[in-house]
Amino acid sequence: MIQTSYADIINKSKEDMDMQSYDLVIIGGGPAGLAAAISAKESGIDKILILERDKELGGILNQCIHNGFGLHTFKEELTGPEYAQRFIQKAKELSISYLLNTMVFDISPQKKITAVNHTDGMFELEAKAIILCMGCRERPRGALNLPGYRPAGIFSAGTAQRLVNIEGYMPGKEVVILGSGDIGLIMARRMTLEGAKVKVVAELLPYSGGLKRNIVQCLDDFHIPLKLSHTVIDIEGKNRVRAVTIAQVDKNKKPILGTETRYTCDTLLLSCGLIPENELSKSAGIKLNPITSGPYVNDHLETNIDGIFACGNVLHVHDLVDFVSQEAALAGSHAAAYLKGNEVNSNKRMDILASGGVRYTVPSTILIDSMEKDITIRFRVADVYTNHTIAVYMNGSLLQKKKRPVMAPGEMEQIILTKEMINREFANESAISHSPHNATLTITLEEV
Amino acid sequence: MYDVAIIGAGVVGCAIARELSKYDVDVCVIEKEEDVCCGTSKANSAIVHAGFDATPGSLKAKLNVQGNEMIANLSEELDFPFKAIGSMVVCTKDQDIKDLEALLQRGESNGVKGLTILSRNEILALEPNIADDVTHALFAPTGGIVCPFHFTIALAEHAAQNGVSFFFDTKVNQIEKTDEGFCIHTSQKTFLAKILVNAAGVYTDEIHNMLSQNKFHITPRKGEYLLLDKSCKDYVNHTIFQLPSKMGKGVLVTPTIHGNILVGPTATDIADKDGVNTTSDGLSSIAQKASLGVKDVPLRFVITSFAGLRAHEQMDDFIVGEASDVSGLYDAAGIESPGLTSAPAIGAMLSEMIVQKLSLHKKNEFQATRKGYVHMESLTLEERKEKIKENPAYGNIICRCEMISEGEIVDAIKRPLGARSLDGVKRRTRAGMGRCQSGFCTPRTMEILERELNVSAFSITKSGNDSNILCGYNKQI
Repeated sequence: MIQTSYADIINKSKEDMDMQSYDLVIIGGGPAGLAAAISAKESGIDKILILERDKELGGILNQCIHNGFGLHTFKEELTGPEYAQRFIQKAKELSISYLLNTMVFDISPQKKITAVNHTDGMFELEAKAIILCMGCRERPRGALNLPGYRPAGIFSAGTAQRLVNIEGYMPGKEVVILGSGDIGLIMARRMTLEGAKVKVVAELLPYSGGLKRNIVQCLDDFHIPLKLSHTVIDIEGKNRVRAVTIAQVDKNKKPILGTETRYTCDTLLLSCGLIPENELSKSAGIKLNPITSGPYVNDHLETNIDGIFACGNVLHVHDLVDFVSQEAALAGSHAAAYLKGNEVNSNKRMDILASGGVRYTVPSTILIDSMEKDITIRFRVADVYTNHTIAVYMNGSLLQKKKRPVMAPGEMEQIILTKEMINREFANESAISHSPHNATLTITLEEV
Repeated sequence: MYDVAIIGAGVVGCAIARELSKYDVDVCVIEKEEDVCCGTSKANSAIVHAGFDATPGSLKAKLNVQGNEMIANLSEELDFPFKAIGSMVVCTKDQDIKDLEALLQRGESNGVKGLTILSRNEILALEPNIADDVTHALFAPTGGIVCPFHFTIALAEHAAQNGVSFFFDTKVNQIEKTDEGFCIHTSQKTFLAKILVNAAGVYTDEIHNMLSQNKFHITPRKGEYLLLDKSCKDYVNHTIFQLPSKMGKGVLVTPTIHGNILVGPTATDIADKDGVNTTSDGLSSIAQKASLGVKDVPLRFVITSFAGLRAHEQMDDFIVGEASDVSGLYDAAGIESPGLTSAPAIGAMLSEMIVQKLSLHKKNEFQATRKGYVHMESLTLEERKEKIKENPAYGNIICRCEMISEGEIVDAIKRPLGARSLDGVKRRTRAGMGRCQSGFCTPRTMEILERELNVSAFSITKSGNDSNILCGYNKQI
């Protein structure tokens, strides 16, 4: 609810406000921000502040009332709010300060933060380190160039999810969904359970963008057809959506004449991709990877700006919140090490090259002198690959091979390299007098 | 009985209403939609044309140049955003520079000031992203950009502030000529008026032809557009037109007053007067043509596309004046481009005729200026702090993309002729106009509308009529 009475807003962090200076400011109080804050606090950093734009902590998890969260972290199936609550509880136990309803306007490269809320007005904070945890937003209809009218009844899946799960309102009765991203799949089931008729899910690509388990549990179990290689070619209805026409597309994603099917409906939900929210990162001078739309980071999850770290969906869009929490904990501990001056100044860097079907990697660089024991490298593949191996080469010699029966763009992949493995390769190389300063790690897919 | 009834609350209807509001006269504006600025006025290039395009001697030429001269002052008096950024018509190496020179001459005979022809190097200094094939450009320093919503809203609010009554959701069904004037039957009630002004946009022919035997026909000519994200802000600094050629008129690339980039329009004659749907052919043709004037227009940053309808009359000129066979019926018809620019001049011209007809006198209590909206973004840090101290709602950000506060949205609802729908809020505040296209702020803006208008969430619409957002509670549909 929008706050109507400002007087009764209790501001936990009011005392801290006057100090204007923090060791660590975390932008965003969703799963990434919470895990990062907890990890930094447990690593011995005291003056931490989380800035959250919503009226409560937990981020988008609060509207994800389905189960399936936390299988990796807690070995049990939680709902989104339950998963969030465990972290919120922990953050509160650790007395981590936070401000709600607070929008950050600007972050400078010098780590000065300008924010606004209705109790403190416009204010500025200084941070010695910052962790970016702003999450992502949904790609809107306009960015998809869908032709047709612009009536009421076109929602991004996440907006519909908020209306149904938080406000208790149904945005429509007869639904067509474009895009098979996870939120779209979840909403197909959710709308069905609340009494709506979901007629079809159309996906532009020849494969789904969502998790396999969601296709089974949200579409197959409810007999909702998934039409791959299909897109919306017309939206009818001047006031409210009246019908949506979908058609099959060819290899170039152009609609094929004669394959049109018209669905009468009052609602079109869009689940066509998520975009990391990096407008603030840009203002701070952070370099973004055009593939992920998130910052380039090293293995400490530090961006090109000293002391600014990034994790979670603002860095690259994840499928599972467990991995967001893991990544954020790593960012938190490295921010702590940075603040304590414990980070070894590493001149030796090793760039990671994504090739042969690997679209990108996070991190994109490894700092050789300050590697952790294990380094997790996460990435997505460009297409569906069956019976391929993920191969890792260091300056041309094979470090690791891992066979995967199926890989798809909708499921994030990860490999774990060890410090020992990398150092051994360096030792081998210096034996044949290779310069370690130019080391490159190549991650690629190979047919079995 | 009203002295004057104006049909249509677009920019033209509102301009006429606002001119008349200077006089001691009883005026009403009748609008079928739920708000002002719902038709052609809201979906166009948002350009203030210099005036070199229209045929010399035409009403379009005269009113364009007059309107252009009026807008700067008007934007001060009525406090709406306008910028004279200048425009260019670019000529490529395959085109004849004589055509560009002819355009310059036409402009000069229309009375456009400051026209010059720029060489490629001169263009590059102003527009680094100009297409490689461009050799010359006609430069018009008096070209500009305006917020079409705030322009119309400002005219309407100012008219309302000076006593004009507005009736929304009121569709004209039938009109009778009576001895005293006109009897206008609408979906709401019947209006009596001595003078009838027909400013019904693409529907002006229907209104006119109800009363006159000298009929005309308006063809809705669709124009589709692409709008790019604000991150493309500096891609061009002027309105860049392409020199018309055998291949057609080309598309323009222009900054908008809010810092987006607008590309379009197409031109397709259609039959449906509400046919504001975009088409895949239209959208791809814009994408194709955009690069002829400006190179590599960053179309991957499109945040929305839309279509508007030009009210095209076959004589290809504005029709402004009293119908020859119906005393007291004044038309403002065929107002296609440069209609937005010409609106203040059309308002002045028609109002002058009506003033004479009714022998009206200026009223003393006319308030000459209007105070515009608070836009937190345009304030300094100190001013914002002050504003939030006065009213904390200005510190509660609702639209994350455009950084629009709750206070600004409440203002938009509470103003005279205030917003009643999501689109009404959007046009007034820009909440929902950013890169997420209202994904985040829709539920929050709905709550504010619900609270401020004291209505149920289920009655909130996107843009009036049956454009309701919600259809029931969970499990109750």
